[in-house]
Amino acid sequence: MPGYAVQATDLHKSYPTGRGKEPVHALDGLSFAVEPGTVFGLLGPNGAGKSTTVKILSTLTRPDAGTATVAGADVAADPDAVRRRIGLVSQKPSSDPMATGRENLVLAARIQGLSKASAHERAQWLLDRFGIADAADRLVKTWSGGMARKLDVAIGLVHRPQVLFLDEPTTGLDPEARTEMWAEIDRMAGDDGMTVLLTTHYLDEADRLAGRLAIVEHGRVAVEGTPDELKAELRGDVLQVELESEDAAARATARIELVDGLSAVLRDGAVVRARTGAGARVVPAVFALLGDAGIPVVSATVARPSLDDVYLRYAGRSFQVEEVAA
Amino acid sequence: MSTLVAHSTYLSWRSIRAFVRQPIFLVITLIQPMIWLLLFGKLFESVVRIPGFAQGSSYLEFLTPGVIAMTALFSAMWAGTVYIDDMNRGVMDRLLASPVRRGAMVNGTLVYQSATSIVQTVIVLVVALLAGARFDGGAVGVLVTLASACLLTVICAALSNAIALMARQHEALIGISQFLSLPMTFLSSAIMDPRLAPDWMQTAAKYNPLDWAVVASRETLLGSPDWGQVWPRLAALSLLAVLMAALATRTFGAYQRSL
Repeated sequence: MPGYAVQATDLHKSYPTGRGKEPVHALDGLSFAVEPGTVFGLLGPNGAGKSTTVKILSTLTRPDAGTATVAGADVAADPDAVRRRIGLVSQKPSSDPMATGRENLVLAARIQGLSKASAHERAQWLLDRFGIADAADRLVKTWSGGMARKLDVAIGLVHRPQVLFLDEPTTGLDPEARTEMWAEIDRMAGDDGMTVLLTTHYLDEADRLAGRLAIVEHGRVAVEGTPDELKAELRGDVLQVELESEDAAARATARIELVDGLSAVLRDGAVVRARTGAGARVVPAVFALLGDAGIPVVSATVARPSLDDVYLRYAGRSFQVEEVAA
Repeated sequence: MSTLVAHSTYLSWRSIRAFVRQPIFLVITLIQPMIWLLLFGKLFESVVRIPGFAQGSSYLEFLTPGVIAMTALFSAMWAGTVYIDDMNRGVMDRLLASPVRRGAMVNGTLVYQSATSIVQTVIVLVVALLAGARFDGGAVGVLVTLASACLLTVICAALSNAIALMARQHEALIGISQFLSLPMTFLSSAIMDPRLAPDWMQTAAKYNPLDWAVVASRETLLGSPDWGQVWPRLAALSLLAVLMAALATRTFGAYQRSL
């Protein structure tokens, strides 16, 4: 049956937190579906339920309720079929540090059932493709973090999976390694019709890589669409005014709400955001109003909506602020 | 079945390769048995003269099978640290999300632990010979000693793996292992003839796998074995080894439910 590469339906999962305490509901009715051959992003802060979703879809653990199919097989009824068709690149480094890069790839390929000759051939091809062939015969413990991360992804690809799970592939990488990893993910997306399910808590990463994305919050999907669709839902520009303190921002909010042509005024710490159809016209008005009230403005910008604004709208808080707090 | 054998082979080779690359670990695991054998052996040299201390012409000869079994026990109890390292990295998740058989993941560590146990046993035997011990049991004695050390290793390594899958932390694994290892050592004939120990200790030794390995090894190594003592103990060790390996394999289910 041709259908979705990944389909999760009403997934629930909770974890006990100790005797007499309420269990944590990691997933609370999460549903989404991914078209084959696309990159789908699950975006959300730490603890939103992204990793639990990946664990269920990659057969590591079972949901308390709900169903999921991956590459045409049911994760609960036929986990072995799923395991042959998926690659998992988990958040943590997943290579063996006491083996060489080549040995890691060959072992993974042999476990997936490749013959000795094709395992070596596939390993060499992946080493070349990810540009890590020079280090291939050194122990992985001597590799840089960026190189080891590429190896993790290469290991996930040894058996040409139909669905590849990338769980926060660039967390902990320096900016250069991150840019390189993005290029790799871009290149492999759609290879052999492969579907990529990407989880990330970086908005720019989701924006750059994902064809579609779902914002996950409190164990459910808050909103889903292409990055452009999500941004387009927020009509007009975003006005962002930064004040000296939260207190000043609170006083400013009360005044900014009175300005004509501004809507959806929200305060987030010392920053006030609002949407406007005519940014250039309202900025002087806002400055004048706040100047009269004696509230100094640190900065003011008018910009096209970003995913952060989408996130603020659907999750009720700013992603960046969340990140700083975490 | 052939998949299980193939996967077991790949994973055993992975561990053995890592072990060969860090020979220092072998040296570290041999420090303790050398202390037992050479220092403890000297210190208590005269216990063989206590009336009732029958077996062996010297304490060193009496002690060697005990030290071999203790070495197997103490090394194998650490086996689970490999799983915990794999959990701390993403290796465990990656393997569990692949078609690898759970039994093969257990077998891989057991084969590797048995291989290291053979190397350690041979080294302890050679050192005992160099220190002046003489074993009349010959090749049969050495073979039974290797077999009982391997079986004890499988039992303890499988238990250690199961504990690692439940506890998931080095500290907890080490704590539980030490909690088990010391009583197992002292409630056995490893370092002392149990006939000189209180009755309840002799009874406890009968149910102690470490003692089964020590008795089987000592009987055959010192010559003129009483096979009526050896075979039942080897059989019990084999049965328990299979049970513990099965238990470790099943524990993956509990581990995954908690993920």
